[in-house]
Amino acid sequence: MNFRLVRALPLFLAGMASLTAHATEAAHVQARDAWIRVLPGDLPAGGYVVLENISDQPINVRAVQSARYGSAMLHESSNAGGVSRMSMVDSLAIPAHAKVALSPGGYHLMLMSPTAPVKVGDKIKVSFTFDDGSTLDADFTAQPANAAGAGG
Amino acid sequence: MIPTDSRTKRCRTRHWLMLLMLALGAGLLGGCHRDDGLDWHLNDISGHMPDLDFHLVDDHGKSVTGQDYRGKVVLLYFGYTHCPDVCPLTLAQLHVVMQRLGPLADGARILFVSVDPARDTPDIMHAYVNAFDPRAVGLTGSPRDIETLSKRYRSAFTREPDRADGQYEVSHSSAIYVFDGNGKARLLATPNQSQDDMVHDLHLLLSLGHPS
Repeated sequence: MNFRLVRALPLFLAGMASLTAHATEAAHVQARDAWIRVLPGDLPAGGYVVLENISDQPINVRAVQSARYGSAMLHESSNAGGVSRMSMVDSLAIPAHAKVALSPGGYHLMLMSPTAPVKVGDKIKVSFTFDDGSTLDADFTAQPANAAGAGG
Repeated sequence: MIPTDSRTKRCRTRHWLMLLMLALGAGLLGGCHRDDGLDWHLNDISGHMPDLDFHLVDDHGKSVTGQDYRGKVVLLYFGYTHCPDVCPLTLAQLHVVMQRLGPLADGARILFVSVDPARDTPDIMHAYVNAFDPRAVGLTGSPRDIETLSKRYRSAFTREPDRADGQYEVSHSSAIYVFDGNGKARLLATPNQSQDDMVHDLHLLLSLGHPS
């Protein structure tokens, strides 16, 4: 093994590691307190989670999806001028070393057309895709309609 | 049924008028506080909004009017069942308020009025309100009857443009109107007000009783 190769090897390994991370799980974002407010029938449900970016770089959520729902979107509720409105969000920025909470009355996931009835207590996998191509799977716990938060 | 920009503008104008009126009302009502000796934490709207009145259909499919709820303290809130975030949040908070009121809560009813009668049938409303609180009633009806009730309380709602999947959102006023057992408008709560304030005022209103 010559000197040049020895020097290049760690770079190569680091490159492989980052490629692997990009292809599968984002190691730089963590999800906690993930829950879904279950509503009757096939009404759209809200999904909530705290996302923490533990890296030195800002990152953006670009898409969400779940095999359990026909459609999943990132939404934001607002209450400007006493009027409740909801709008779609194309991209949600999480600054370096910061947390962003998707919580009732603010950012949330709009989960529509469940492929099978969602029952309280179910664990629903939701996948986040970030702008660097990495993804993060999080288990959301199905909570009753009148739950106050992740704890039910 | 209702969209267009001019409509939204009109709603906004109406809304600002309402806010202005409430601000003026709050100033005038300083005197009322002293008169009845009661310290309301929510916005006191006594004498500034008409009595509870409407012609709608409840979540059992029965025709009902405001008169049917005399004798109960009424919490009136406009929303729709395809609203996954704010409406459930408000109803879940009202459920906590009702729980905190204990047995007194039996003297109160949450009236959840649909601003989306095209999708909100009595059956859907029934399943929806009962997922939150046994003292919640879902009201729907003809678009005209709903608009009449909304206008009566200077509330507003606007159907937003359809999305690609044919679904749509409805923007709506977020206030909760509180009526006493005689159907008199008494208080107005906004989402920024705390559960403690809601519990405080409802406790007061429910304890006052009413001539039955």
